[in-house]
Amino acid sequence: MRNLRLLRRFWATSLAADLEYQVNVLIELLAVGGNLAGSLFVLSLLFGQGGSLGGWSWEEALVVLGLYTLLDGITSTVLQPNLSTIVTHVREGTLDFVLLKPVDSQFWLSARTFSPWGLPGVAAGLALIVVAAAQAGARPDGASVVAALVLLLSSTLILYSLWFVLAATSIWFVKVWNATEVLRAALVAGRYPVSAYPVALRTFFTFVLPVAFLTTVPAEAILGRGSAPWLLASLAVAAFCLLGSRKFWQFALRFYTSASS
Amino acid sequence: MRGSRRLRFARGWRIARVLLSTQYAYMLEYRAEIALWALSGVLPLIMLGVWSGSEAAGGLGLSPERLSRYFLSAFVVRQFTIVWLVHVFEEDALQGRLSPYLLQPLHPLWRYLASHLSEQATRLPFVVLIMAIFFLFQPAAFWLPSPGGFLLAVVAIHLAFLLRFLFQTVITMLCFWTERAAALERLLLIPYLFLSGLVAPLEAFPEGVRAFALLTPFPAMLSFPAQLLAGEPVDLAGGLITIGVWAALLLPLALWLWQAGLRRYSAMGA
Repeated sequence: MRNLRLLRRFWATSLAADLEYQVNVLIELLAVGGNLAGSLFVLSLLFGQGGSLGGWSWEEALVVLGLYTLLDGITSTVLQPNLSTIVTHVREGTLDFVLLKPVDSQFWLSARTFSPWGLPGVAAGLALIVVAAAQAGARPDGASVVAALVLLLSSTLILYSLWFVLAATSIWFVKVWNATEVLRAALVAGRYPVSAYPVALRTFFTFVLPVAFLTTVPAEAILGRGSAPWLLASLAVAAFCLLGSRKFWQFALRFYTSASS
Repeated sequence: MRGSRRLRFARGWRIARVLLSTQYAYMLEYRAEIALWALSGVLPLIMLGVWSGSEAAGGLGLSPERLSRYFLSAFVVRQFTIVWLVHVFEEDALQGRLSPYLLQPLHPLWRYLASHLSEQATRLPFVVLIMAIFFLFQPAAFWLPSPGGFLLAVVAIHLAFLLRFLFQTVITMLCFWTERAAALERLLLIPYLFLSGLVAPLEAFPEGVRAFALLTPFPAMLSFPAQLLAGEPVDLAGGLITIGVWAALLLPLALWLWQAGLRRYSAMGA
């Protein structure tokens, strides 16, 4: 409860600070629009004359693209602005002050700020999901809506954990920020349904880097093709990743020696 | 007359050697980061995965080998044409580090150019490593370009890099007027991404879009050298002329913006 109250304060103040820069809204809108138009263009090229990509129809593939856009927006809104500061905290030794606060340090580092500039991406992603799912003929009942929401939550948690673990390695390797660029580049694979990839890559994107759970699995649920085993698997991966990030942070903190030492 | 020209050449050569060797030593310090940067350019290889399984590739008559070679070449070209001038320059101008560079009898852009070239030299082993791993998984895609073709491709990659460098220099010069030059670069990266041939071979584009793309400088920055490297038939003269024309447009513009911007430079923080 207390954390929720803190969260509201944190985000209200960062929103107030960011709204000072209004031109950024225009830039972000252009960036989201341009990226979406480009992605749609490439997707249309991939479909060519044929009617499917890895067994997915055009509308169904759009749901996957919508989920990717949504998650990318969430990354720009919450993950990147927060987790990029861990590196700075470690380098300048200000992590000391974070650790001294009477708040859980992982929570503070993960939720301290909020950048409204990712919100156009979130909105565009949601709109694309709803429109494409309706056009694909998905008529979700109550149960599948709940399933889709649960899967969406677990994909967000997986994404968060991946980012957090990478950012936390900055305790050892101070200049680790590039590693998150690698992650972001690899996650672009989530723009397309995982079945569109060759078998080896599909296995990689399911078991090593769980891209499949980020976009494809929730998209299946939204389209009413979700199945209990995948739901459970996704929840298990999310729980594993979240718990892993928690344990990893506690482990990493043991090696934190502040800046001057 | 001849003597003074030789002296000037000798001096230029010495400056280039010193700049490159110091910048290379500097970049070697950052080799771990550069390795990660190299790895973060995997986009063409991901796109290869999607394209190779798509029905569209079959419809266009793009064989798996051809796709592999094209996208791997695109990956290599991208690695050696990455320009990050705007980000460094923004910081240098903001913190006043530019001021001492201005006192030197050398145009500061040479220094930035040298650091880009040194970064590419540092990147080279990592790119070779990634290529080796790629061929380990895709031995069928292996190819050796003809010596002449390879030489041409190397030249084209360098020219493409210079064009991108000039293109970004023009944007970077806006740093003197606005704080959003990097944001503008980010916006212009979007058409580059989709029109250069990085995510799809230009042959797959519909006729109208391809004609439009060819009017922009982006295909010359990636698709042209990548096709040369992959050994595909390519309009060599056309590509070189495109690069030349764009460079002839951008170079005077960049220098003029530099002159105009410098008058506004207030050396903050120095």
